[in-house]
Amino acid sequence: MHELDPLKESPSQTAGPYVHIGCMPNSIGNHGIFEEDLGARMVNEDTKGERITVRGRIYDGTGTALKDAMIEIWQADSNGLFNSPSDTRGEADPNFAGWGRQPVEPETGEFVFETIKPASVPAPRGRTQAPHISFWIVARGINVGLNTRMYFPEEEAANAADPVLGSIEHRSRVATLIANREGSTYTFDIHIQGENETVFLDI
Amino acid sequence: MTSNKVEQGAFYPRDHEWQPKAYTPWYRTSILRSPQKPLLRLDSTISEITGPVFGHNILGQLDDDLTLNYAKNGESALGERIVVHGRVLDERGKGVSNALIEVWQANAGGRYRHKKDAYLAPLDPNFGGCGRTITDVDGYYAFRTIKPGPYPWPNGVNDWRPAHIHFSLFGAGFAQRLITQMYFEGDPHIGLCPIVNTIKDDAAIDQLTAKLDMNNTIPMDARAYRFDIVLRGRRSTKFDNRLEGN
Ligand SMILES: [Fe+3]
Repeated sequence: MHELDPLKESPSQTAGPYVHIGCMPNSIGNHGIFEEDLGARMVNEDTKGERITVRGRIYDGTGTALKDAMIEIWQADSNGLFNSPSDTRGEADPNFAGWGRQPVEPETGEFVFETIKPASVPAPRGRTQAPHISFWIVARGINVGLNTRMYFPEEEAANAADPVLGSIEHRSRVATLIANREGSTYTFDIHIQGENETVFLDI
Repeated sequence: MTSNKVEQGAFYPRDHEWQPKAYTPWYRTSILRSPQKPLLRLDSTISEITGPVFGHNILGQLDDDLTLNYAKNGESALGERIVVHGRVLDERGKGVSNALIEVWQANAGGRYRHKKDAYLAPLDPNFGGCGRTITDVDGYYAFRTIKPGPYPWPNGVNDWRPAHIHFSLFGAGFAQRLITQMYFEGDPHIGLCPIVNTIKDDAAIDQLTAKLDMNNTIPMDARAYRFDIVLRGRRSTKFDNRLEGN
């Protein structure tokens, strides 16, 4: 038997409009404290896998793109391994941390990640998850960071067998998690509210 | 209690009664930035129980000293000198080691070093307003800074933020990711703040309120504030049970 757990998770508070100061100071010209913003570069020339660009915007309830958001992504490498001690299945590509962080562009609201396409990863009970990238979004007005996932449109069979996509009750909403592809560029727009509201996850 | 063994258990579900709701209309910006449909509850998969790890080698010598890390010519930042320290724990009460903590804040006058902050309080040429550190094996952290000033913000006609420090935390899994704010014990603005009041439970607000800690002040130098942070807990796996018997 477990003891009753004594503590509650600290409440979240909005990242506010000035999240850049702490998390990406160089991106707003506050140089000289940290050499480089963490997560700004995901790949180097030795990273294995297919190079892709992931871009998009985050829209509020009026259809306006957020100009002050910060996005973090987390993904497996080209062999489906995570660069994390909690993944004990094998050694992930040492040239790929699997984690990226970007501000949206302050004029256009666009975010851009240069990364690699992840392979599929296991799911509980012997199933398989289709290749996907986990997203976490914070901004002014967002009280608790929003989690979602981006899937790949060319992975039709894998997407059809994916347990997360499969658990979306309203099938018309599955499309909100699937990017549009043009060559090696994937566009993944996120709608916080409205008709096309993205499926957000309680992970 | 502290163990360096790799943990792979699923995270406890987040308590949405304890956490703020997304739609809190008294905090106006949340109105158009809150999902209206329910979140899709997901059992933790390997994508959520894993997360990035940051080595102590990323830290520069002054990363945890905001009084000095932007200061020039042997000067230091203006304001009340303080040390903020505490432990990062999970819901089971275990220290979270190697957690990256990033902090940002306004200067002593309540002004941020950011293009978009047009508050008329002056910038401090010796204060950048950001710092970071990584917890030790017990989950302990500390940094040195100056106490930030309260500042007005456009929401209601006369809303002021209590003095606060923004905190970003990485635990061991992507599902533990948390951004929050630390307030200061005794600040009358805490109860008046629309952002604080996105949290319903007074005990939860108290959890974000650092306590003056006279036992850890540095005499003739800085007062101390104690601030413990709790990240989500995770279930023990069967493997854990066998080895640790917990
Ligand atoms: Fe603030």
